[in-house]
Amino acid sequence: MINKEICNVVSQVEIADSIYELTLKGELVQQMSEPGQFVHLKVSNSIDPLLRRPISIAKIDKNNNEFTMIYRKEGRGTTLLAEKKAGEEVDVLGPLGHGFPVEETTPGETALLVGGGIGVPPLYELSIQLVNRGVQVIHVLGFQTKEAVFYESEFALLGETYIATADGSYGSKGFVTDVIGDKNLSFDTLYSCGPTPMLKALDSNFADKKVFLSLEERMGCGIGACFACVCHTGDDKDGTSYKKVCSDGPVFRAGEVIL
Amino acid sequence: MSMLDVNLPGLNLKNPIMPASGCFGFGREYSQFFDLSRLGAIMIKATTVEPRFGNPTPRVAETSAGMLNAIGLQNPGLKKVFSEELPWLDKFDVPIIANIAGSTEEDYVAVAAEISKAPNVHALELNISCPNVKTGGITFGTIPEVAKALTKKVKEVSEVPVYVKLSPNVTDIVEMAKAVEDGGADGLTMINTLVGMRIDLKTARPVIANKTGGLSGPAIKPVAIRMIHEVSQKVNIPIIGMGGIQSAEDVIEFFYAGASAVAVGTANFVDPFVCPTIIEELPELLNQLGYNHISECMGRSWK
Repeated sequence: MINKEICNVVSQVEIADSIYELTLKGELVQQMSEPGQFVHLKVSNSIDPLLRRPISIAKIDKNNNEFTMIYRKEGRGTTLLAEKKAGEEVDVLGPLGHGFPVEETTPGETALLVGGGIGVPPLYELSIQLVNRGVQVIHVLGFQTKEAVFYESEFALLGETYIATADGSYGSKGFVTDVIGDKNLSFDTLYSCGPTPMLKALDSNFADKKVFLSLEERMGCGIGACFACVCHTGDDKDGTSYKKVCSDGPVFRAGEVIL
Repeated sequence: MSMLDVNLPGLNLKNPIMPASGCFGFGREYSQFFDLSRLGAIMIKATTVEPRFGNPTPRVAETSAGMLNAIGLQNPGLKKVFSEELPWLDKFDVPIIANIAGSTEEDYVAVAAEISKAPNVHALELNISCPNVKTGGITFGTIPEVAKALTKKVKEVSEVPVYVKLSPNVTDIVEMAKAVEDGGADGLTMINTLVGMRIDLKTARPVIANKTGGLSGPAIKPVAIRMIHEVSQKVNIPIIGMGGIQSAEDVIEFFYAGASAVAVGTANFVDPFVCPTIIEELPELLNQLGYNHISECMGRSWK
């Protein structure tokens, strides 16, 4: 069930260059289940900026009613969000959307989690839930530069972890897809979140595998009413069938929608 | 005694607050937040004869105190709206205002004739003001004679009163309003969005794939107020006002300008509870201002 609640800021820390880790406390945490879901945040009480910001959930702590998000300070909205301090309040709508299906990987099997940049955060809660289920996890995480890398040690505690940077300043140089090939990684299920070109490459390279991709799109309402974030379906016959990224997704099985 | 009930052609409203077309889908998403029967009415998403996918994404962009959208009238088509969406809405005690659109006069007439037969459709909203489609939409809403002729045709086939949704993207809104009144319109709804554009700083290209989009939100409220103020003094049909409403105070301002009911659009995206919240807050605000009934506020800015 979707709630709207004023949550309290527990902590906010800059964990990498312009990358912030924000933990909020609220009852709506009890509604969070699937990793890969997101929340829609009002970053200020004013009408400017007007709309909410969709931010993915990186960690769920039901025992303490807390959840953590990791986001990049980039535009006006996230700049305002980054100013929130412990004790302040944030208006949260969520949890929203459908996340990664952990049940698609049987205990004992191996899941490959591939993240790019600000697509990495939702994979953290996913990895925790997969490991709790008895699934072997391998992480391949891509970042622009060394300064942008975050959560390497957190992921490493859960399973094998490879880092790639676009400029080669940390880990291996190049794309996440290079790492998967070079290390000859084998797996049963692939879960990914990141830039569309990366998702497209994974989609075509691993057409024979179970692949789940989390999409990003500009959103209005976040609940499926405004039709801002639609995409065409893979089996679209007459050109009018669609899925909404916010409410049908953001996670889709590869092939389900056109990237 | 209710302070909020309003009677308009075809519409006996328990309160004058309704979600605006295109900002509320067909109600399903919002029904998980509150009982839709609390609303005065619901203006459902524009319906065309055939299903439409709409425009490529990005379809929305934020602006100062507002947003641009170019959805492009995405909808499942008349058949599905009639057989699935309207029957689903029938379980709520709320009149439906069906927004109808098309590329040709024949399209509008076909949708009007059929959709007005649905038992819960109490009025039509003739969409001659959508700025985001290449054919139809706003092209019917900028030339008075064309708008009048279309209104007439739709009136001939509709089994319920017809409200015409006016575009602010015209030189003389009063002329447009009078033309559709002459065409037989039972009421007006105004305003639709203002055509706008945003350009990305890095790519130097328009943010929205359609290049232009319709501006909505609090930023356009003064334009809506001004136009309703002008039009309401020159026509004898009621106006359902819209454009940036997000509070009970805004509603009163629209009534003062000359509206007889109002629709809430973009604010639903920010706060899914905005309509029931406004409905709850209105009686107290009316008390504070010294009114016994909301209808006393209508047109007070010029009466």
